[in-house]
Amino acid sequence: MRKFKLMIVGLLLLAVLPVHAGLQVFACEPEWAALSSAIGGDKVSVYSATTAYQDVHRIQARPSLIAKVRKADLVICSGAELEAAWLPLLLRRAANPKVQPGKPGYLMAAMQVERLDVHQAVDRSMGDVHGAGNPHVHLDPKRMMIIAEALAQRLVEIDSGNTEFYQQQLLRFMQQWGDAIHKWEQQAAPLKGVEVVVHHKDWRYLLDWLGMKEVATLEPKPGLPPKAGHLSKLKQQMAEQPASMILYANYQNKRPAVWLAEQTAIATVELPYTVGGSEAATDLIPLYDEIISRLLAALE
Amino acid sequence: MYKNTLVCGAALACLVPSSFVMAQGNMSPAISLVLQGQYADFSQDPEAYELPGFMLGGEAGLHAAGFGLGHGELVMSSTIDDLYFGKLTLAIADHEGETEVELEEAYIETLGLGSGFTIKAGRYFSSLGYLNSQHIHAWDFVDAPLVYRALFGNQLIDDGLQLRWLAPTDLFFQVGLEAGRGERFPAGGAAKDGNGSLTAFAEIGGDVGDSHSWQAGFSHWSADVVGRASGSHAHGGGTEIPTFTGDSDVSAIDMVWKWAPKGNVSERNLTLQFEYFLRNEKGSVDMVGSTSLETTTYDGEQRGWYGQAVYQFMHGWSAGLRYDRLDADNLGSDQEVLAEAGLDNEGHTPQRTSIMIDYARSEFSLIRLQFNRDESYEHSDNQIFVQYVVSMGAHGAHQF
Repeated sequence: MRKFKLMIVGLLLLAVLPVHAGLQVFACEPEWAALSSAIGGDKVSVYSATTAYQDVHRIQARPSLIAKVRKADLVICSGAELEAAWLPLLLRRAANPKVQPGKPGYLMAAMQVERLDVHQAVDRSMGDVHGAGNPHVHLDPKRMMIIAEALAQRLVEIDSGNTEFYQQQLLRFMQQWGDAIHKWEQQAAPLKGVEVVVHHKDWRYLLDWLGMKEVATLEPKPGLPPKAGHLSKLKQQMAEQPASMILYANYQNKRPAVWLAEQTAIATVELPYTVGGSEAATDLIPLYDEIISRLLAALE
Repeated sequence: MYKNTLVCGAALACLVPSSFVMAQGNMSPAISLVLQGQYADFSQDPEAYELPGFMLGGEAGLHAAGFGLGHGELVMSSTIDDLYFGKLTLAIADHEGETEVELEEAYIETLGLGSGFTIKAGRYFSSLGYLNSQHIHAWDFVDAPLVYRALFGNQLIDDGLQLRWLAPTDLFFQVGLEAGRGERFPAGGAAKDGNGSLTAFAEIGGDVGDSHSWQAGFSHWSADVVGRASGSHAHGGGTEIPTFTGDSDVSAIDMVWKWAPKGNVSERNLTLQFEYFLRNEKGSVDMVGSTSLETTTYDGEQRGWYGQAVYQFMHGWSAGLRYDRLDADNLGSDQEVLAEAGLDNEGHTPQRTSIMIDYARSEFSLIRLQFNRDESYEHSDNQIFVQYVVSMGAHGAHQF
């Protein structure tokens, strides 16, 4: 018991010592980690709670994440209930006053922009639908600009000593991003009006931006795994009115998409869902480059 | 914070329909309802169940044979203001034809107090061990591990104050203390003017690469026990109630290891879990209600552990294997009284092997089939359970 007390005292002393080297950013997903690095530069140290190979709906509030949130100056997540099953618990367990809801260190990206598919009333029979709207906003580059601005504002608020730096970084990001959007929109012109089947409604904003049409989902309801009965209905639907391609994200089980493709001779396209989802998708701009080039390749 | 909250704050009437919105963050309070039920089949009479060497209490008995309801739970939680979070859990269960509502959890907890400290007050699951702080409906098997049944009557719950501190390190390291009232089983009597129990715990954890994460804990619970009555003992049949008074100490080690390919749990994942408990008790056991008071000194040492593995082999489908073992070594001045109190191990080492398979259509519904080979006492029992667990309303938290 005496040793135990000594240990506690020792650790309490540790707690008081400053341990920060730059601003600590905890990003729930790789896209927000990438955006934080782009705006924060070398003034921030960024940790991503998930990788492109994980289904972010299903993360557990595991010990390593609690430890990271404990030290964070900023928590940036998609919000709109995407992380509803683990983020509130992480925030409670981490006991960090800087990143609680309502504080400058708590930034929910999707809540900074207008969301699609906001539901007044949700019912579980609809599947895992988010009442606050579709949270997969990082795949609309225009919404990303609004989020980048909000993020820069927060960084300034938290770390006002580096205001000028963050403003310059934002300006640089906006220029690069604006040029990139211009390029993508030209490249993607042939995709307009193209009809696709998707595994999950991950691509809602991307398709909306590019003017593509989602005609069916492999999941019978959002969040429920594709089932044989539903897939055979899709096969029939595709026989009557074939879509141009079947999209699935790199982290999703590809078997349902491959099965439907074999039955209908429609091409499947695996898309990196976020940064790190393919070898080339090392950052936000390469991610979009990769998505658009894979879609174009499938069209040919 | 969100639109819905503002709208609902203005019009109380919208609380009812919006109470079944999916996320905790979206409304105040988050409400969820858990329903459980099962069909149970036993080769022995479940009424004759005992664990030789242990005085049972709490909810240590077996399910009734045939169709039955499990614990229903009504859970409400919300942030109170920017500093506090509050939670209430009502457990609703039938006991011998009567519906009983039990206050299972009712606590407030600080949100971001600073420097890594959190204070929790009220009634809560103790942080002793690993499984103890999880709700029954989150367990991987129909029933509690034998050691939880034997030592805590399934779960250690107390009224008190918890202080915990999280270290500012990359490795998860947390220590905590709980001071409790010490009235509920396996404490009793709310000794020291309602300050009868004390818990200390330490947890460490982390990740190994993207695919593995782990946690280990050490904890200790002690209580001044006054008049702890044992309820579930089958012997005797009379009105004599074995009652313990003295000191009780429990030490625990727990370890959990989880694996999922690249950390993606959707398709396949594996959880390995192990807990060991050692209890020492010193005091006296009285047979309350005996004509000439039968009493004995009591010096008990009881150990128990379980290990389990649960593997999700495809989306929605999991299979699990669990092994339980207990061991009691109890001494006293009057062996006969000890035996009457159920503290004689009868030369038997209780053990149990369980296998289960479950199917989750979504995160909110589960159907489970379980088989136990239960050797708790001298008559081996083959037990079969079919269980459903569903939750409605607010999305439950994904605890590690």
